[in-house]
Amino acid sequence: MAVAALEQEIVSLRNRRQLYSLIGVLVVVAVLVSGYSKSNAMNSGSFLQGLSKFFDYPGEIVLEAWQAGPAFFSLIWKFTPAMLETLNIAGVATLFGGAMAVVLAMASTRNVDSYGPLIPVVRRLMDIMRAFPELIIALFLIFVLGSSPVPAMIAVAFHTAGALGKLFSEVNENIDRKPIEGLSACGANWVQRIRFAVLPQVAPNYLSYFLLRLEINVRASAILGFVGAGGIGQELRRTIGWGKGAGDETAAIFVLLFLTIMIIDQMSSYLRGKLVGSGRVH
Amino acid sequence: MTFDTLEPVVTAHDVWKGVRSRARITILLPLAVLAYLVYTWFAFGVPDLLSKAQPDRAAILATDSVAYKIHVTKNFRKKETTVAVEGERTATYQPEDYPNWVSIEGGNANVDLGDGYAIEISGKTALFTIPGYGTIKSTATQNGVETVLPEGPVPEWVRDNPKKLDVRPSLDKRLQVTKTKIEIHNYFGGWENFWFPFRSELHGMSFSQLYALALSADRMDPEYSNLWYMVHEFLENPDWQHGEIFKALFETIMMAVLGTLTAAFFGLPLAFLAARNFTPSMFVRFGMRRLFDFLRGIDMLIWSLIFIRAFGLGPLTGALAIAFTDTGSLGKLFSEALENIDNKQVEGVRATGANQLQRYRFGVIPQILPVFVSQVLYYLESNTRSATVIGALGAGGIGLMLVETMKTARDWENTSYIIVLTIMVVIAMDQTSGWLRRKLIEGK
Repeated sequence: MAVAALEQEIVSLRNRRQLYSLIGVLVVVAVLVSGYSKSNAMNSGSFLQGLSKFFDYPGEIVLEAWQAGPAFFSLIWKFTPAMLETLNIAGVATLFGGAMAVVLAMASTRNVDSYGPLIPVVRRLMDIMRAFPELIIALFLIFVLGSSPVPAMIAVAFHTAGALGKLFSEVNENIDRKPIEGLSACGANWVQRIRFAVLPQVAPNYLSYFLLRLEINVRASAILGFVGAGGIGQELRRTIGWGKGAGDETAAIFVLLFLTIMIIDQMSSYLRGKLVGSGRVH
Repeated sequence: MTFDTLEPVVTAHDVWKGVRSRARITILLPLAVLAYLVYTWFAFGVPDLLSKAQPDRAAILATDSVAYKIHVTKNFRKKETTVAVEGERTATYQPEDYPNWVSIEGGNANVDLGDGYAIEISGKTALFTIPGYGTIKSTATQNGVETVLPEGPVPEWVRDNPKKLDVRPSLDKRLQVTKTKIEIHNYFGGWENFWFPFRSELHGMSFSQLYALALSADRMDPEYSNLWYMVHEFLENPDWQHGEIFKALFETIMMAVLGTLTAAFFGLPLAFLAARNFTPSMFVRFGMRRLFDFLRGIDMLIWSLIFIRAFGLGPLTGALAIAFTDTGSLGKLFSEALENIDNKQVEGVRATGANQLQRYRFGVIPQILPVFVSQVLYYLESNTRSATVIGALGAGGIGLMLVETMKTARDWENTSYIIVLTIMVVIAMDQTSGWLRRKLIEGK
C-alpha cells in the first residue's frame, strides 16, 4: 500500500517536472520566435534583404585588400602601433584592476579573516563596480579628459576590479585554513598571514583568472577605441568612416585584430592550462 | 650500477640555487611591472593629458545633471523679453505666470537671484549687483559690449572681452551679455518637467490631483480614458522622451536575450561535434574547433560592424553580432564540458538497452545541464553590458542614445537619466540571472 502511494507520488513528481521542462522550452522558443520577428520589424533593414547583402561588405574589403597586393602587409605594419596601444590599455587596466581586486577580495572573505563589518560593504561595492558598463565611464571620462587612452584604461580597470574581486573572493573561500591557523599560532599579524598563508595557495588561480580577464579586456579596449578612446578602435572608426576606397585599410585592421586576439587567446589558455592543471577554468 | 630509479640527491647547492632564483623573481617582477607602467605613462601621454584635462567640465556635468536653469532673455533683434525653462521655446512662461523672482515691465526686467544677487535690465544695459564685489554695468552696443567693472583685480569668474561678457559668480547664477541679447540663467535643483511636458494640462499637478483625475469620469481627451491619457502624455514628453528611452532599453535587452539564446541554441549541437568522446572523426573535430576560434576571434566589434552594414540599425543587428561571437565561446565551453563527463552514466543507460538518442538524453544531458544553464546565464548577464556597447557602435538601443545625448553636450540631465536607467537594467539582469541560477542549479 505504502509502496503504491510512493510510486504514485514519484509519477506525479515526474509529470510535474516534465510539465515544467516543457513550459521552460516553450517559453524559450516563444521568446526566440517573437523576439526575432519583432526585432526584424524594428530593424531599419530587414533580415532577408540583408542576407543577400551580407557578403557584400566583407567581399568588398577582401577585394580591395587583394588589389592592394603586397602593400597590404605594410598596411598591417602601419597599424601595429595602434594595436599596441590597445594592448597597453588592456594591460595596464588589468594590472591596476587586478591589484585593486586582490585588496577587495582580501577585504571581503570571512575565510581569510577579513574585518567582519566590512565584508557586506565591500561585496556591494564590487557588485556596483561590476554593473557599471565600461562604455558609460569611458564616455564620461572622455568628455572630461579629452580623447585619449587613459579614460578607456580607467573604465576597464574599474570594471575589472569588480569582476576579478568577486572571482578572487570565491577562490579565497575554498582555501585550506590550516596554514593561516599555524601562522597565527606563532603570532603573525593579518598582513603576514595573508602574505605567507593565503597568497601562496591562491596565486595560481588568481593568475589564471588574471589572464582570462586580460583576454576579455583586449576585446573591450578595442571596442572602447571606437567611441573615442584611441588605439586600434579609433583607427577602425576612421577607415570605416571613409567608406569606399579605404577597404584595404579596414581589412588590414580586421586581420591585425583577429590575429592579436587569437594569439592572446591561445597563449592565455595554454598558460592557464599550465597554472591550474586541467586547462579549464570558467 | 645506476641511480636512475632513485630520487636525485638534493644538495645544499641546489637549494640555494632555488632560493636565489626565487629571490630574483620577487625583485625582478615588480621592477618589470614598474618599468611597464612608466613606459605606458609616457606612451599614453599622461603628462600632456593632465595639463589639458578640463575638470570644470565634470563640475558642469555634475551640476547640470541634477539641476535645471530658467533663462531670462532679452533679445534686441526680436525686441522681446522671455522667461523659459532651459531657454526652450516650448517651455516659455506666459506673462501671467512668471516666477515670483522675475518682474518684467515694458522692456525692463528686475531679476532677483537670491542671496543679495540681483540684476536690473533697462534698455540695453544690465546692472549686476554682487554682494562683496560691487556692481557690474554692461551695455550692449552696435559692435559689441561695453563693460564697467568695479575697481580692483578682476575675479576669475568674470570673462570680459569686447564681444561678450560672461559673469558666473557662483555655479547657479550666470549673466551673459552680447551685442544681440542679455541672458540670465538661474539654476534650480531637480529635474524639470520630468513627468509631464511644460505645455501639458497635467503639468504641475500633485499626485493626489492626478489620482483623482485618473478615477474621474470626465475625460480630458474624449479619445482616451484619463489614465491612458496620462501615460501617453508621460511617454510623449518631448524633453525627456521617456517613450523613446524605454523603447531603446527594450531593444538592448532584446539584443542580449536573443543573442545569448541563439548562441546557446547553436552552440550545444556544434559542441557535440567538437568533443573528442562524441566525434571520432579528427577532421570534423578540428574543423569545428577552428570554427569556434574563428567566431570568437573575429570579436563582437567586427561582427557588429559587418552586421550594421548588412542589416542596418536595430536590435536584430546586435542580436546577430552577439549570437555569432558567443556561439564560438559557448561552443568551446560546452565541448570542454562534454569531454569531461563521466562515462559510467552513459554505460549504465546503455546497459538498459537504450538507443543512441536515449543515451544522450538520459546519460549525457543531465551531466552537462548545470554547466549549460549557468554558463548561458553568465553570458546573458555580461551580454546586457555588451549590448549597450554594441549599440554605441551604431546598432541602436540605449548605447546609441547615450552617445547621442552626450554628443549634443547640452541636456546632461537626460544623459544621467539614461545612465541611471541603464545601470538599473544591468543590475536587474544580474539579479535575475543569479536568482535563476540558484533556482535551477541548486534547487533553492
